[in-house]
Formats: sequence, C-alpha cells, structure tokens
Amino acid sequence: MTFSRRSLLKMTAASVTLGVAVPSFAQAIDELVIAYNVNLPSWDPTVGPSAVNPTIQGLYQSVFDQFILQQPDLTPAPGLLTDWGWNEDRTQVWMDVREGVKWHDGSDFTAEDVAWSLARAADPATGNPIQFVWGTLANHRVEGNRVIADVQQFDPTIFKWMYFLTGYVLPKAYYERVGAEGFEAAPIGTGPYMVEQYERNAFVRLRANPDYWNGVPEFETVTIRFVTDAASRVAEVESGRSHVTLEIPYEEYDRLRDRSGLAGVAEPVSDIAMIFFNDIDVMEDENVRRAAVHAVDKQLIIDRLLSGYGVALSTLETPEYAAYDPSIEVPYDPDLARELLAASGYSTDNPVRFTIQTTRGFKPKDYEMIQAIVGMWRRVGIEAEIEVYEVARHFELRAADQLAPAAFYNWGNSVGDPTTSTGFAMFGPSPHSVWDSPDLIEKIATLWAEPDEETRIQGWKDVSRYIAEHAYVLPLLQYVQPILHSSGVNVVPHASGALLPHLMTRA
Amino acid sequence: MFLRRLLSRIATTLVTLLGVAVIVFAVIRIVPGDPVAMMLPPGATEADIARLQAFYGLDKSIPEQFFIWLGGVVQGDFGTSITTRQPVLGLVLSRLPATLELSVMALVIAVALGGTMALIGTRQRYTRTEGAIDVANGMALSVPDFLWGLVLILLFGVLWPVFTISGRVSPNLVPEFTTSFFLFESVVRLRFDLWLDLVQHMLMPALALAIPLAAIIGQLLKQSLKETMHLDYVTLARTKGYSENHVILREALRNAVLPTLTLIGVQFTFLIGGTVIIERLFSYEGLGNMAIDAVINRDLPLIQGIVLLFALLFTLVNLVVDLLYAVLNPRLRHA
Repeated sequence: MTFSRRSLLKMTAASVTLGVAVPSFAQAIDELVIAYNVNLPSWDPTVGPSAVNPTIQGLYQSVFDQFILQQPDLTPAPGLLTDWGWNEDRTQVWMDVREGVKWHDGSDFTAEDVAWSLARAADPATGNPIQFVWGTLANHRVEGNRVIADVQQFDPTIFKWMYFLTGYVLPKAYYERVGAEGFEAAPIGTGPYMVEQYERNAFVRLRANPDYWNGVPEFETVTIRFVTDAASRVAEVESGRSHVTLEIPYEEYDRLRDRSGLAGVAEPVSDIAMIFFNDIDVMEDENVRRAAVHAVDKQLIIDRLLSGYGVALSTLETPEYAAYDPSIEVPYDPDLARELLAASGYSTDNPVRFTIQTTRGFKPKDYEMIQAIVGMWRRVGIEAEIEVYEVARHFELRAADQLAPAAFYNWGNSVGDPTTSTGFAMFGPSPHSVWDSPDLIEKIATLWAEPDEETRIQGWKDVSRYIAEHAYVLPLLQYVQPILHSSGVNVVPHASGALLPHLMTRA
Repeated sequence: MFLRRLLSRIATTLVTLLGVAVIVFAVIRIVPGDPVAMMLPPGATEADIARLQAFYGLDKSIPEQFFIWLGGVVQGDFGTSITTRQPVLGLVLSRLPATLELSVMALVIAVALGGTMALIGTRQRYTRTEGAIDVANGMALSVPDFLWGLVLILLFGVLWPVFTISGRVSPNLVPEFTTSFFLFESVVRLRFDLWLDLVQHMLMPALALAIPLAAIIGQLLKQSLKETMHLDYVTLARTKGYSENHVILREALRNAVLPTLTLIGVQFTFLIGGTVIIERLFSYEGLGNMAIDAVINRDLPLIQGIVLLFALLFTLVNLVVDLLYAVLNPRLRHA
C-alpha cells in the first residue's frame, strides 16, 4: 500500500477530527485492558452454566477467593483456609480460617462466611450443579476460627474441590442483606480486584483491592472486554487497544508474538483432546481398539495441525496431574495396528467400519484432527465415517450412553486429580463415562474412597496402565493455550487455563 | 376502510406471534442440546440430573411447560434466564435499543449510499461512470456482511486505527441515561463527546451491515429511475426546460422511489437479522450478541424471548412499511 502526501494529510486530519489516538505499544500501561474470549453472564460463581464454565473461572477468581488457593502449577496453597484436614476416623473435616481478611465493602471476613458458603453449596435449593460433591459434608459449624463439618460420605478429593468449580467463598451477611438480585448488581468478594463497573456482554472494569491479603495487584485498574470473536481479539491486540488476549489461532499467535511491541506465552493447560470408545459394535473387539490407538501419529497432528502447540498423551493424565505416569507409553506403530486388525480379519481391502463423531470449530482444529486421524486409520484398514455434531448434542448423547463407537471430546481437569479425569471419564456408572465394561468398573470402584493418598494415586496409575493396555480410550494430546500480550506486560500463565490479571505485572 | 385494514393486520400479527411462539418453543426443545446435560460436570448422577431439571422446570412435559410459559407471557413474565438468572423481558428490552440504533444507522447509511449511487448512475447513464457503479454494486452484493466486517476491522481497526473494534461505548464513558437509546439521548442531553464515542463504535458494524443493502437499493432505484425517465411526464418536464438534475430529483424520483421503499422495508427486517453475526464480530452489546450466547448455552427462556421479540419487530416493520406505502401511493390511498 502506498500513500501520497495528500492522503496521509487527510488521514491525519480525519484521525484528529475523530479524536482517536493511534495506539502505541511503547506507551507505559496505566490501565490494563484484556480482550477476553467469553462473556460473563452471571456474578454468582456457584450457580448456573457459568459456574461450571472453565474459561469464566479466571474472571471469578479476580473478584472472589476460593476456599483454598491454587497456584499456577495447579498445586494447592493456603488461601482463605490456612490449614485443613480430616479427623482420625475421617468422620469430620476441619478448616482453619485466615484472620485479618476484609470483604470489598470493608467488613470482616469470618469463619461464618466459610461455613455458610459450604452449607449453601450443599443446599439443592440453590441450584449448584456441583451440589452432589458439597452434599458429602453436613452440619457445618464454627468453633472459634475453625470450621468443622460432618462427613456424610467420604470423598478423598473434597479439599481439591475447594479450589475447583463452585469452590468460592461468598459473603454471608452481605448476600443475606442484598439477596441474589442485589448480589448480581453489586457483587463483592475478598479477591484481588473489586468490581467497579459491569456492562453485560460488553466489559467489566475492576479496581485493585487495597486490602488484599495476598498482596495488592500491580495494575490499579483493569478493564476486561468481552470479545468473543477470535479475529476481533487479534485485531484488538494488534491495534494496541487491548494489552492481553487469549485463545487465538496458533497461526495468528506465531505471526504476532515476535512483532515489535508484542510478546506471547504458550504453555500447556489442563485441557486434553481425546476420543471416547463406546463398548458397542466393533469396539468390543480389543484388536480393533488397539489398532485404532497405535495407528494415530499424535506428534504429527500436533506439528502439522497445531503448529507444534500440544503435548502428546498416552493416558488421560497430563504431566501436571497427580497420577501421571511417564512409564505408560502407547507408541505410534502402524505395522502393529495392521497386525492387530489382521488377527480380527480386517485389512485395507476389507476394512473395519464405524462412525466417529466430532465437533467442528468447538476446539482448535477439532474437525481437521479427526480428518487426519481417519486418514491414518484408512492406511491400516479402518474406514471411519465422520459425523459432525454440536457439543450440546455430545453432552446429551454421552449422558444417555448413545455415542457412536468413537467420539472426539476435550476434557478439562484443572485440579489435576485422577478422579476428575480418568475417574469420571472411564467409570461406567458415571453418566459421563462411555466405556462401561465390568472389569474396569471393578478396578476403579475401590479407589473412590481410598483414604491413603499414596495408595490412591498408585491405584489410579495402575488403572491408567490397564486402560492403555486394553485401549479403552484414545488419549490424543494436551492443549497449549496461546496468550498474546503487549511487551509492556508480564503474564504468568496458569495451568488451569485461567487468565488472572492479578498475576500480571509491568515489564 | 383504513381502520379495518389496520385492525386486520394487527389480528394477523397476533396470530403470527402465537405461531412463532409455538414453533420456537417446540423446536428448541426437540433439537439436540439439553441445558442441564451441558451444565453438569463429570461425576453427576441421574438423581443430580433430575434435581437440576426440576430446578429449571424442565421436568414437566413440553405442552405443560408451554402453557406455563404462555401464561406468564400474557402477564408480561417471559421467564428467567438460565445463564444470567435475570428476568428475560428486562434482559431483552435492555439490549433492544442498542440493536435498533445499530440497525437504523445501517439503514440510513445504506439509503444514503445506495441513493447516491442510483442518482449518480441515472445522471451518468450509459457512460463509464454507470458501468463503474454497476461493478461497485456487484462487488458490494457478492460479499456477505460479516466479511465486510472483517475487511473493515483490518482497514480501520488495525491498519489505520480510526474506529473502535469492539463494544458500544468506551468503558470510561458509559452514561447513566434514562433510556438505553444512548445515541438518541446523547443528542438530547447535548453530550456530544458521548455521541462521537458511540458513532466511533457503531460506524464499522453499521457500515458492514449497510454495504450489501446499499448495493440492492442502488440497483433497484437506478433501474426504477431509468424506466421513469422514459415516461411522458418526464419528457414534458424536459421540454419545459428543466435541468436534468431537476428532472431526476423533482420529477422522476417521487414515482421511482415507491418500489424501493417496499424493498427497504423487507430488507430492514433482514438487516435486523444480520445484526446477530455482526454484533458478535464487533462485540456490540445488542440483542444479536445475546442471542448467540443464549443458543450456545441452551438458555431456553432467553432464546424464546429473543425470537419472539425479533418476530414482533419483523411484523411491526412490515406493518409500518405497508401503511407508509398506502400513504405514499395515491392509487392505494384512494382505493
């Protein structure tokens, strides 16, 4: 593009007339602006679909604290609870509450708030989608600075849920005073930022909490714009109007991250791509399942389709998870796949046929990945027909156990516990499981209530090995989250995928 | 006569709305995607699913749910949104002004651009200028509005960043107005800083919506004008010595504009429909943007409310156009 002197003068005049300042990457950042990829429909982090939407958790965690703090590497740390545990016979839990913390309205945070938040979460009348977890505790009571609850049903992961979905502490007195509607209009928490202004579907403006117990955030004011279109998010950062964005195409990330004034960080997050196998039709043949697993070159998919951003997986456990076992490896071996199929009477001339379901555009390159996998399968003697559906349809079919023999999905597990990955995905009685064979149910069943942590984790590792050996599922890869930002900001990525402004500092 | 026609149209509108309500209610419950299944995390049991279905009133039969909902609608209660936990009517009405302002601005731009093209094309008919206008019209028509949106973002948002890419108003300028018609109210209250900010936010999405419509208006109006230019009364005006500009603007345009007016009415309803994608692209906080979120989250009450309001808008626009046409067309006026 070339400009004449006249056209440049006209442009400058127009810019001045419109009062638009052409952004400069070099300017020091006063107010941090983030182009966020989802809207925030509701401010109650314990009710409704947004409460279980992993992407929204970063917004909630900016305003509210969870019971227990989760660090960027997914490990827990003292937060509003400074210490926690079970009594000796595991019939009670106890939680020590941090002192000196203030709510955003200046009132004192107390153990009563913790007890009330736990009891509220366990109350079916509130509509908390995770009520079945919180309902395992009852009779919450306060003794000094300690909260005690009775264990109705022992769940070794209960404290992990305290830094997972709906595990937030809300203000008892304030909520009871203003009600649900008042809380929506003016939410308060104990978190690093206070809500200054909120326009639904548009933006939220946050102001740093000067009393934050874990250190005052560096940026005094943060505006989070809800920019749901990826192309618009790229344009926001490229034009300098926003300083940070996430979830953009890898190609755009590579194009812009080395540009002057911009930088990027791309780290693995707790979200994996996988293919469910359903125990129906040809999938009941172990040779077919194992062939389908060995025929897929995961690294090639990562390199060619995801620009190298991804971590190939052999189990549903990623390296950050508690039950990750690097010794479990399922190699890419197309010759072995052909042999296995031949043993069941299949070949490229007489392929085994089944349907694979996938979303298209729900996750980065989901449909393209399945196309590539179907191509790899075809070379060894598997002819799979692709059926595209919406993710809502996937949930419905999965809950009714009516998925096709193979179905692509992504699974998030930001607490990194094996129960919330391998457990729920592979335990037959769970409505979210697809493989329901009795052998696997038997192996997993004993682990749900295993009190000894070391035994429990080793048990899940053994289950993962068993699943890999029998090819009950096809784990593909761990996603990498691209975050593009101004070089004037330091961004600390969180392995949960939450983008947290209070972890950002000036460069 | 006129009153009877008006009452008849209103009755038709009510029947149409009832039909839309029935269809939408049934369809969104039949198509795949259960809001509760989407909400439940792994580990939930059948009992948990049943509990949440009862919580959102989805445990009843579809006819039962419909009559409960319809009973509420008649009393002005459109239900509560599953995702926002807010009354649907309030949510929808709070976003409607943003969409209406965007649509009207797009329409004004389309009429101005299309009208200008048509007038220049007619004035310069059978010359290269008319050819160039036809080519420009063809290009404008062949590219859908969301692609125009992307082109505009690249041109005026990134390469030459004079307009704002996303949102309706700058966060530091959000007004506390009586209505949500910010553009209109900012003029009334003489808040021209705010008006300029709103225009900066609206121009790109409005232009993206307007370009294809401008091409349609331009083509039809030019064709109409060219046909009118051959009529006797136009020839008479020429023989009286009026200039070509006078003949086009004062004599031919009045008759030639009638078919275009009908078209604008029909296209305006499509334009409102087009805001769904454009609002999403520009993160404009209107009804369309909200509609996409509602569909993604299977927020059934909100989808019902939005669709019903869109249907009401469409029928009202058509009604207004019909009445306007009757007023402007002497044959209908005296029928």
